Parts: sequence; structure tokens; C-alpha cells
Amino acid sequence: MNNPRQPTDWTAAAVARRTRRRYAAERRFRLAGLAAVWLSAAFLAWLLASMVWQGTSGFRQTRITLPIDLAAAPLPVTPAQLRGRGADLALAGAGLDALVDRAAVRTLGPGGDALISDGAWLVVRDAIKRDPALLHRRFTIAVPAASAIDVAAKHDGTPAAEAMVATLDARGLLGIGWSGGFLTAADSTDSTRVGIWGALKGSLLTMAVTLALAFPIGVLAALYLEEYAPRNRWTDLIEVSINNLAAVPSIIFGLLGLAVFLGTFHLPRSAPLVGGLTLALMTMPVIVITGRNAIKAVPPSIRDAALAVGASPVQVVFDHVLPLALPGILTGTIIGMARALGETAPLLMIGMRAFIASPPGRLTDPATVLPVQIFLWSDDIDRGFIEKTSAAIIVLLVVLLAMNGIAIYLRNRFETRW
Amino acid sequence: MTPLALAIIVFGLALIGWLAARMRAATFRPPGHARFTALPVHYGYFVAICALVPPLVFLAVWSLTAPALVTDTVLATPAAAALPPPGFERASILSEARALGAGRSHGAFHDLAAQLAPAYAAAQTRYDWIATAVALLLAFAGGGLAFTRVRPDFAARTQVERVVMLLLLAASLIAILTTVGIVASLLYESSRFFRIVPIGDFLFGTHWSPQVIDPRDLGASLGAVPLFWGTFFIGAVIAMAVAIPFGLMSAIYLTQYAHAATRAWLKPVIEMLAGVPTVVYGYFAALTVAPAVREVGVALGIANASSESALAAGAVMGIMIIPFVSSMADDSIAAVPAAMRDGSLAMGATPSETIRRVILPAALPGVVGGILLAVSRAIGETMIVVMAASGVATLTANPFASTTTVTKQIVDLLTGEAEFDSAKTLAAFALGLTLFVITLALNVVALSVVKRYREAYE
Repeated sequence: MNNPRQPTDWTAAAVARRTRRRYAAERRFRLAGLAAVWLSAAFLAWLLASMVWQGTSGFRQTRITLPIDLAAAPLPVTPAQLRGRGADLALAGAGLDALVDRAAVRTLGPGGDALISDGAWLVVRDAIKRDPALLHRRFTIAVPAASAIDVAAKHDGTPAAEAMVATLDARGLLGIGWSGGFLTAADSTDSTRVGIWGALKGSLLTMAVTLALAFPIGVLAALYLEEYAPRNRWTDLIEVSINNLAAVPSIIFGLLGLAVFLGTFHLPRSAPLVGGLTLALMTMPVIVITGRNAIKAVPPSIRDAALAVGASPVQVVFDHVLPLALPGILTGTIIGMARALGETAPLLMIGMRAFIASPPGRLTDPATVLPVQIFLWSDDIDRGFIEKTSAAIIVLLVVLLAMNGIAIYLRNRFETRW
Repeated sequence: MTPLALAIIVFGLALIGWLAARMRAATFRPPGHARFTALPVHYGYFVAICALVPPLVFLAVWSLTAPALVTDTVLATPAAAALPPPGFERASILSEARALGAGRSHGAFHDLAAQLAPAYAAAQTRYDWIATAVALLLAFAGGGLAFTRVRPDFAARTQVERVVMLLLLAASLIAILTTVGIVASLLYESSRFFRIVPIGDFLFGTHWSPQVIDPRDLGASLGAVPLFWGTFFIGAVIAMAVAIPFGLMSAIYLTQYAHAATRAWLKPVIEMLAGVPTVVYGYFAALTVAPAVREVGVALGIANASSESALAAGAVMGIMIIPFVSSMADDSIAAVPAAMRDGSLAMGATPSETIRRVILPAALPGVVGGILLAVSRAIGETMIVVMAASGVATLTANPFASTTTVTKQIVDLLTGEAEFDSAKTLAAFALGLTLFVITLALNVVALSVVKRYREAYE
């Protein structure tokens, strides 16, 4: 060796400088990674916090206390009429609406009837139905305030409305309380009377159709592809279409629903039946893919043992493989259903965006669903709808969280590691 | 009889057949040493299937043909002679009469409809009774014939299992049927669109304004290039500018640096971003992010900063895609053989040098495939752009200006008050076809890249 290597001088300043630089780069890189994770988490926190911040007031309602004097001006209604089904009609026909407006004008001054919600008299009506003795008494009752006052009382209104709120507050007429109506009413044009129940029921009906179709078809298809399908061109075609369907944009399924279910089969527009069919086509590939993974995870020894004692291939699969794979399949199904529940675009295509003021009763009634209701309210110019939109989002997120929670519980409780 | 009652009766008959066959089969004794090929329950299912399938198939076919039969019967009545010649008016009178006859509506607009309604009701009732009788007859005949075959030497299990296999095959064919349905409906409606608007005008025209269509030159206001550009700009540029750095760095941090315990709870938190419904992101983008972006734009001195900017929609879309990029990158990093990483570390490279020079280049095909899938998801995303992006199509590269996308235009075109056959609604299908083709191509390319890369390391 005529050119012996120089031993590295590890103490040289250049080496130390380079090491420091490399370590600094290492720290920067690591910090960038940490920042990416935390910023992503912070986005989520910001999103959720802003929804909760704006939404909680949607569950609360501003009320104005009004004295109602039925002793001086009795309604032409007998207590007998208040029993049974005719009560609503009798009270509505007796001019309760106008009476409450007059009470508002008397108490709040000219224009007072504009300060209370259009639905204020319904609260009085329900109070009278609960206690018919009120028909001949003078009493005070808290009725919902109009949208402008409601928004102002939550510190987001116009200056005029804010001033009115200050006056009312000084007279001790204003109160804020839990709005039970939000969870039990349907859509309305008046933001103080809207509720989420109509959309929630539409979502439930739609999801029922989706589950009834997508779950059996998805599970059977997964069983076929994983356990029986011969390796040939047809099987490849089925697999390719399932994988592609899982990646097709959801709006394309909406176009399919519009062209086929509405255009060709003439099913009713806006119906949970059509919505459920469309979402089932979208959810089915998800169930097939997760189902196949769950079936694949069942060890072959179980199949071999069952075959060895004389079970037929169908018995092996339905008596042994399917029960063992079911928790995994159910987890995948719940996740697929959660995705379908939050889906909006395909349902807009098939017309589930109509204004529906009463909850749907059947699968063919016009209906809307939670995410579409959120979309519709977010478009409304009335400021009162902002908090209602966020409140509806909270309801939707709580439902989704519950579904995912069940999925995680199922996975942890029943999943077997082989 | 209502369809529900009929269904209950048919299913009830099948249940009776099931029970009877099972009880009869349970009494069989094997002659000598012969063995049964089926359990009693298989005989039960055999009879139940034979009792169920024929009436159900009949009712399915019947429900498609019966309306035409009813109409024919009504047209044969004397009152129908007064009907106008085939056309829109005739169809509307007939559908009105049908609704009246079924009791779904109460007032008639045409007098003739009111005259035809009783004929409709009578014909409907008669055909309903025929359907009920035939369905019950089929159920009895099928179940009865099957029951006579319940004998010890009959291989009921083989028969039942053949039906089960057919059912499984049918279920998996639904996927192909759906794909065919999508392609066929998009192609059919699009071909109608391209008959009235030249395909070249649509694909290469640079002016999009479906609100004001010149009926003499439809193609002039239906050029989709601004939409393609807006979709690409929002979904593939802005959204990816957010999603790639965040997703990739999160995946690197979570797989290479984080403790197992930290990873166990941070990863689900990131994945929660993917579980939030898009309508919530859309609302968040429109209400919170878009005004903030506009103020930033104004502060930067951009005069035409829009409150429906491409940046707001794209950034929020990027946040939504983060977990998607992250989990794809996670998978491909995990697939890099540990020996490569260990070798690099053993040579004295720092972890970050190992990641940048060894792991990422090795994982690159998988990461690129994942990013292509993310792009395909971003350009198909609808609600964020519907709520936060603008409806005005402009060809601009300014992220603070308003841009529109293909999905946004599909929703706008189809939720308007247009009839189903107008150029507007057909244009939506042409846009849908374009979107479908592009996302399909992206997926096929991405999956083949990912697959080839996986094979390289196996």
C-alpha cells in the first residue's frame, strides 16, 4: 500500500461543524413532522370548537314573558272541547293567535307583535291544553321571541334589535332557556320554530333502506368472491368493478340515481326509498371490501377442519367462516353506513332538497336528510339560521361519533387475533 | 289485496312448507347402512324455496307489465274513444285518471279523466285479483310439488346449495350491474347532449355561462375548459399543496419518530378528519375560512379578493384529504424493507437523512400512487366547493379570485328549475361523464403504480 489512508480526525473543527449542522437538520425535520401532526389535530379541534361555539346557542331559545288575560276576554271554547282530537282546531278557530298578538302589543308597545315569534300562540295553546283552568284566568307565560330578538339576545344582532333587547331585559321580560322544540320539530321558514326531527327521521328511513340492501348484498358478494369464485375473467371483472366503484365520486352515484331510478323507473322524487337505493349502491363496495378482509382473516385451518368432518362448502362458509368473520364485517358495515349518513351530494341530485315541513311517514313520502338540511339552512339569509345550522351539525356529529364508537367497541370486544 | 298482505301470505305459505317438510324429513329412518345426504332442515329450505321463488318472480314480472295491461283495458272502453290522439295531452289525461282511480288524488282537471277513473279503478282491481290468484296458485303448486319430492333418497342439500350459490353469484353481479348502469346512463345522456352541442365546443370552449344560453349557438356558452381548469386548480394544486406536506410529514413522524403509545392515540385523531362529513367542511369553509382568506387577500393588496375564493375551498379540501395521504404514505413506508433502513442507520446517517435519502426514494412509487388517488378524490369532492366556491367560471391562476369546478356546476345545473331534457341538465351528465373518466383513469394508473411497487419488494 503506497497510499495509506489518513485516519479521520474526529476532533477536527470541520467535522464538529458538520455534525452540528446535521443534527440541527435532524431536529428541524423532526420538528416539522411534529408540527404537521399537531397542526392537523389543531385543524380538527378548531373545526369542532367553532361548531360547538356557534351551535350550542341553537339549542337555546329567547323567551319573552307576556301576561295573557283570559278572564277579561274569555275564548269561545268550552273545557269539553279541549279534550280529545279537536282541541287544536277549536283553539285555533277561537282567535288565540290574534289574542296573543294583542297581548304582545299591550305589554311591549306598538309593534310588539313583531317581537314575538309567529309560533308564540302555539306555546299558549299547548299550555291551555295542559291546564284547561287557564281558560278563565289571568296568567303570564314565556313565549318564544322573534328571530331578530333571539339573535340579538345572543349578542349578534342589529343595533336596533340589541337596543330592544336591552329595554326588554331591563323590564325583566326576557329569559333564555333550553329549546326542546329543536329536537322534536321539522323544518320551518321561521328560524325560531325549526327543528331537526324531520331531517333525522328522513335520515333514519334512508339508512334503513340502505342497510337492508347493502348489507346482505355486500356480505353475499364478499363471501362469493373470497370463498367460491373461480379465478377467471369474470371474477376479475367483478373485482375490478367493485374496486372502482369504491373510488367513484359520490356525485356520480347521484347522477345514476337521477337517470335510472327517477328517469327510467319513475320512482317518486325526494323519497327516502330512492335515496336509500342510491346510497346502497355507494355503500355496497365498502362492505364488500371490508367484508373480504374480515373473511380473509379467518384461518384456513377452520375451513379444513370443517371440511374434514364432512361439511359441504356451503356449510363450511355459513356455519363456520361467516360467524367468525361477522364482527369484522359489522365494523366495516357501520363505518360504511356512517359515511352514507354524512353524504350530501348524491341526495341533492335526486331532489332530496325540498322544503319539508312535516316528518316523512313512509318510504315514498318527500323527505330530506340531516346533511342536506344542514346545507339548506346554511344557504338561508336569516341570521337565526346560523346557530341552527351549527346545532344541526352538532347533532350529526354526535350520531356519527356514536356509530364509530360502536364500531370501535365491536372491534375491540369481538375481534379475534388468530 | 295490498302487496304487503300478499307478501305476508306467500311468506307464510313458505314457512308452513318449511315446517312440514322438516317434520316429515325428521321421521325418516335410514334403510340399512345407507346414509342421508341431507338434514331435515335442508328439506325444509328446499320446499320453502320452491314455494317462494315462482310467485316472487311472477310478481316482479307482473309489476312491470300490469300498468300497460290496465291502460290497454281502459283504452278499450267506450269513454276512451273521446281521447285526443297520442301526445302530451293524452298522457296527462291518462295519468290523471290513473291517480283518481287509485284514490291518490281527488279533483280532476280534465272532465275526461273523471270519466275514465272508474274504468281505471275497475281494471286495476281486476288485475290485482288475477295477480293475487296466480301468485297463490304458484306458491301452492311449487310448494306442493316440492313436498312430494321429500323422500329419503332425494338429495335436498345439493339442490338448496345450488340455489345458495346462485344467490351469491347474483349478489356479486350487482357490482358489475352498477358499473354498467353508471356507464350506460352517463353515455346515453351525454350522447343526447353531444347531438345538440358539438363535442369539440364542449371540451375545448373557454366560455361557460349556462345561465344565458344562446339557443342558436349552444356550444358558445357551454365550453367546459374553465371548469376543468378550476377543478384542477382547486383539487390538484391548492388542496394538494396543503395535503401533501401535512399528510406526508404526519406519516413520517408517526411511523418513524413517535412512540407507540403516542401513535396509538394520535393516528385515530388524524383519521377523524376523514370521518367529518363534507357538508360540515363546506359550512366551515364558507362561514369561517372564506371570510378570513378574503381579508388576508385584501390586506395583501389584492383588489378582487373574493369571498368565494379558490384558496378557501382548496385549503379546506386539503385538510380533509390529509388523513388519506397520510395513511397511503404510512402503508408504503411500512412496506420498505427494514434492512434498507437499518443499513443506512448503521452507516451513521441520522434518522432524517435515512428518511430523505433511503426510505422516501424507496417508498416513492407508493406515495405517488397514493397522491394520485388523493387527487382523484379531491376533484370528485362536491359539497365543499358547492358551499364555498363560486358559481362563476373564470380562467384565472389567482388563488384569491373565484373559480368554479365540475362538481359544483353539476349540482347547480341539476338543482335549478329546468326540465329534464334541456341542454342544461344534459350538460350535467356530460360533465359527470368527464369526471367519471378522469377519476377512473387516475385510479387505474395509481393502483397499477402501487401494485407494481409492492411486487418489487415481495
